[in-house]
Amino acid sequence: MPVPYDKAFAQKLLADMLRIRRMEEKCAELYGAQKIRGFLHLYIGEEACAVGALHALTADDNIVATYREHGHALVRGVSMNAIMAEMFGKRAGCSRGRGGSMHLFDAATRFYGGNAIVGGGLPLAVGFALADKLQGKQRVTACFFGEGAMAEGAFHESMNLAALWQLPVLFCCENNLYAMGTALARSEAQTDLCAKAASYAVPTLKADGMDIVAVHEAMKLAARHVRDGLGPFFLELQTYRFRAHSMFDPELYRDKAEVEQWKQRGPLHTFSARLKAEGKLTEEEFLALDAKANAEVQAAVDFAEAAAWEPVADLLKDVHTP
Amino acid sequence: MKMTYREAIRQAMHEALAADPRVFLMGEDVGRYGGTYACSKGFLEEFGPERIRDTPLSELGFVGAGIGAALGGMRPIVEVMTVNFSLLALDQIVNTAAALRHMSGGQFSVPLVLRMATGAGRQLAAQHSHSLENWYAHIPGIKVLAPATIADARGMLGPALADPDPVVIFEHAQLYNMEGALPDDWRCDITTAAQRRAGTDISLITYGGSLPKTLAAAEQLAAEGIAAEVIDLRVLRPLDTDTIAASLRKTHKAVVVDEGWKSGSLAAEVMARIVEDCFFDLDAPVARVCSEEVPIPYAKHMEEAALPQAPKIVAAVMMVLGK
Ligand SMILES: Cc1ncc(C[n+]2csc(CCOP(=O)(O)OP(=O)(O)O)c2C)c(N)n1
Ligand SMILES: [Mg+2]
Repeated sequence: MPVPYDKAFAQKLLADMLRIRRMEEKCAELYGAQKIRGFLHLYIGEEACAVGALHALTADDNIVATYREHGHALVRGVSMNAIMAEMFGKRAGCSRGRGGSMHLFDAATRFYGGNAIVGGGLPLAVGFALADKLQGKQRVTACFFGEGAMAEGAFHESMNLAALWQLPVLFCCENNLYAMGTALARSEAQTDLCAKAASYAVPTLKADGMDIVAVHEAMKLAARHVRDGLGPFFLELQTYRFRAHSMFDPELYRDKAEVEQWKQRGPLHTFSARLKAEGKLTEEEFLALDAKANAEVQAAVDFAEAAAWEPVADLLKDVHTP
Repeated sequence: MKMTYREAIRQAMHEALAADPRVFLMGEDVGRYGGTYACSKGFLEEFGPERIRDTPLSELGFVGAGIGAALGGMRPIVEVMTVNFSLLALDQIVNTAAALRHMSGGQFSVPLVLRMATGAGRQLAAQHSHSLENWYAHIPGIKVLAPATIADARGMLGPALADPDPVVIFEHAQLYNMEGALPDDWRCDITTAAQRRAGTDISLITYGGSLPKTLAAAEQLAAEGIAAEVIDLRVLRPLDTDTIAASLRKTHKAVVVDEGWKSGSLAAEVMARIVEDCFFDLDAPVARVCSEEVPIPYAKHMEEAALPQAPKIVAAVMMVLGK
């Protein structure tokens, strides 16, 4: 199927994937240099999911994400400077340096985290949707989570509540086949995730998460359903993380060959190749987009380096609302 | 023999698995991944997937299943990756494991061992840095242990498994890489506190991840001519007040060091016990060093400022001594 977008939008999707990729490659490097600390969960390989999905939403929608959320925050419109400063632990970070990699928040873009408890964001999303329904708003709350979260009670309770009350929640499962070292088949008796979700009388759809067109089209359909007041929707994006779970993971649980096989389907090179074949991208244009992404990353690193630390005197600030 | 705290935990579990077919280990990523903190590395290959059981992300479910298995004749070691995630399993721990024996009129004991990492100090921010040992220590029906030395990491699991009732073991995440000599007499009880350093001027009472910091503070104090005694609580429930009282009869002053937040902390309980049992031995008000009452921040300097540190302990001692 040809890419059903004009050149400008197609290149925008590619550019956003590149921005995430280059930013995270830099993050990995900065982790080695101990500029970024704590846990760092990279999204490399999964970029088509966040980019394809978030471009199907409007600025008024709500986003709830996990600890693997750098890409979602960036595409949502949180500045790379603010994300990088957050990872450095600087006051100019989007969470004032208090959250780090796992807790990116941004009220202006309705980006509600950044939740590092697996499944923790799902009930929250149900609540946002409840508030919108009670206030007669036509907003979508998109909740991103990994397939690992589907084993938690929070998933089941949230699905049932959303379906029972017909709330405008878009449950978006990024199924990368592993929860830390635990493969899907070793954690779910029913590995058909849509079948699980369907048991709550919620419509479902699965899409190839390595194909940004498939993701974007599926997300548009899902968002329309939710926005039209037809109740919650469950979307499964089948994807794969190319890197370790976090920076501490020796990856004893999966084959190098399996990783290599998935890399063949990497969202960046497959999509650029497609665009080139269709005359929507030249090599020069690709290099220009890449250079632009790299420049944005360098500027963000410089910004984060130069930014100030939060003074220790502010430690207790914001525990309560003044 | 020199080894890490991690290796001591590993050896303790290995010994238990090899010795008793009723013992099995279950939890998230204990098998293929080798344990989040590598405490069960190689176990899957050696003991097989029936006894080294990877679980889905279902804390309430598999902790409850551990309770049921214990009732059904097994001796489960359930690893809840960290105390942070144990919050999802609290219902089963508090409403079932802890209460069952008493509320069934003494008919059912729950010989379950729950292990979990605890504590801050690695820049993991608010949701991954909890020290909630005191929540567990509040609950009648469970025993709560906090191994802070290589010997206790090696020695506490055996008696915990032999105990007919639920035992919760807190392993401070900062201790796994700690290296030290395993003494020949590492076998230990799970009833008493221990003196880790003798002194006559003041008692520093602590547990878990705060022990190394407290010993460092005692060392600094020694350089200033102050002989601090360091008591490691080891067992957080039931508290060994005799050992605390014996120390206070000698020093007449105390500082309690606890990584938990100050309000409602374990330190508060220890201070209350001191007031109840040792009031007339005291020469000065008891002080404490706890975490600041704030969700633990990510930035290194802010996290350090939020947690007990050796200089804060030294300062508290100086205040108590009026120096
Ligand atoms: C309640 C809870 N249990 C355990 C963890 C530790 N943990 C963090 S991420 C993770 C795996 C989650 O896998 P998945 O939901 O598939 O998301 P992915 O990391 O693959 O994006 C685990 C076990 C946690 N953060 N929260
Ligand atoms: Mg996953």
